[in-house]
Amino acid sequence: MPEFDLPAGDMPEKPCLRLGLMPLADAAPIVVAQARGYFARHGLDVEIAVERAWAAVRDKVATGVLDAAQMLAPMPLAATLGLDGVRTPMLTAMTLSLNGNAIVVSEDLHARMCAFCEEVGGADEQPKSKALVWARALKRLIDFERRSGKPAPVFAHVYPYSTHHYELRYWLAAGGIQPDRDLNLIVVPPPQAVAQLESGRIDGFCVGAPWGEVAERRGVGRRIVSKYQIWNNSPEKVLGVTQAWAALFPRTHLALVAALIEANRWLDQPGNRAEAARLLSEEHYLEAPSACVRDALSCKAADADFGPGLVFHAGAAGFPWRSQARWFLTQMQRWNHLRTDINSNAVTAAVYRPDLFRSAAAMVGVATPAVDEKVEGVHAGNWTLAGSPSAITMGADRFLDHRVFEPAAGRNVIALR
Amino acid sequence: MPLPSISEPELAAAAGALRIMLVDDDALRLQQVELALVAAGYTVVVRLATADDLLSAVRRCSPDVILIDVDAPSRDTLESLNRIHAACPRPIVMFADEGDQETIRRAVRAGVSAYIVDGLAAQRLKPILDVAIARFHEYQAMRRELDDARTRLADRRDIERAKGLLMQRRQLNENEAHEMLRRMSMDRALKLGDAARALISAAEML
Repeated sequence: MPEFDLPAGDMPEKPCLRLGLMPLADAAPIVVAQARGYFARHGLDVEIAVERAWAAVRDKVATGVLDAAQMLAPMPLAATLGLDGVRTPMLTAMTLSLNGNAIVVSEDLHARMCAFCEEVGGADEQPKSKALVWARALKRLIDFERRSGKPAPVFAHVYPYSTHHYELRYWLAAGGIQPDRDLNLIVVPPPQAVAQLESGRIDGFCVGAPWGEVAERRGVGRRIVSKYQIWNNSPEKVLGVTQAWAALFPRTHLALVAALIEANRWLDQPGNRAEAARLLSEEHYLEAPSACVRDALSCKAADADFGPGLVFHAGAAGFPWRSQARWFLTQMQRWNHLRTDINSNAVTAAVYRPDLFRSAAAMVGVATPAVDEKVEGVHAGNWTLAGSPSAITMGADRFLDHRVFEPAAGRNVIALR
Repeated sequence: MPLPSISEPELAAAAGALRIMLVDDDALRLQQVELALVAAGYTVVVRLATADDLLSAVRRCSPDVILIDVDAPSRDTLESLNRIHAACPRPIVMFADEGDQETIRRAVRAGVSAYIVDGLAAQRLKPILDVAIARFHEYQAMRRELDDARTRLADRRDIERAKGLLMQRRQLNENEAHEMLRRMSMDRALKLGDAARALISAAEML
């Protein structure tokens, strides 16, 4: 029951909702909004459904079995474009989390790559990022092993249209590896990734927290690169709904986003992450060792190079930047997952909805950027962005290879291929 | 719709000898779907649990249609084959015919999803999906009945125990004990069985 009286005209049209999430550390916003009563405060009675496949999340949102769900940032784009076969127009009004993924390799591959690290790391005059050194070492290793007839390594990600897939490809390509030729990319559900790494069926994976932490703790693999290193503070999960649902229930949608913004604001206040980890573990949303969940949420990276872990609120984290949607589209095109002759202005405008985020943020007193797009990849540290009602301290947004992505230029400054 | 008078070979011909792969962790449901499909003249070439190695099974058995539990985690693995894959030259796509949204909705609600391999015409898939949806529904109903029967049995047992406790501690006869339990359940808006269990656990704590 709502704890405060909303004017009748502001009540959500559909107060009872089914909301889907995947059992990962970054499901925290939904779990926190439920446990701390943010949904209830906005007049919503939410039932949480723990899903086991991204395809199921998509199908259930598309067919109305779920009202809304945690999705991978490129999923609403892929669904709207029909790339995934389902062809249901979807949208997102909010990014739920930044960072958090890791590229993990088996102990065996790690040892083989180490042999090449010095060679590629020491050759340059400038100190290069460790993530880039690892990619180049992998390239040398693949070339070397191919000559001796060894099979190409197998790397796993989580879904064809996933952040993980495009991050992994970006990192591989930065090291000079052609992902479709030099190795095998497959999809493995995150809870199975650690076991498959242990059994040797895969040599590495890019998955979300806490599975990298779990692999390390079990001694079967090592995190070598973080999502942050590939693209600082880049979007990871979003709140996805169908465009039809958003049109039918506009007030419900805003209430949902407002409640999640409140949850995310709470998550980024110091000292609250341990409580969030406790909620995820004790309420059995996530069947992983609770120590790993705690490490993932408190961002205790063993290696400072990995940068900050999960971010939920700081630096306008929830804002669904259209420039970032465009970046995903260009990556889809780069790897031939999407034709190049689409109208990316129209797709971006229909699917990423900063206007809706601004309305919801205003309900809970959170400042939002005044613009819908920004140049991605120019800031190595904190910077200030004009916002309403106040300016916003933004985090770094660099790419691994220091390229700049300028959506306003009308064309992609990242060379395709 | 095939009429009952049509012979089995004719049925098989109508089904066009499509090769079907079934993926389900629920062995009993899988078996029932298979029986129904075979009865309709289809060939089930491979049955798997969801954790099995789907990719090599697809390569080995080259099915035309894959029916899989909507919630199977390995669906995401299957979807990675929807573009032409070096190791698997026949693209697999989720069945999502725009003209038949209703079938898809029914399928997802029933808990089954379908993938077609290499551009199989949607109208050839529909009867297969219909069989699977019907079996998934039947199975769900059967499970529900089984659960209900179990609950009824447990209720009867616990109500007898609770009445026994009341008779013993309050020196009531059976009718009075039953009446007291009934009033407790009404006052607390509980089902009779739940009220009985509440009473038993309270008695155990004392």
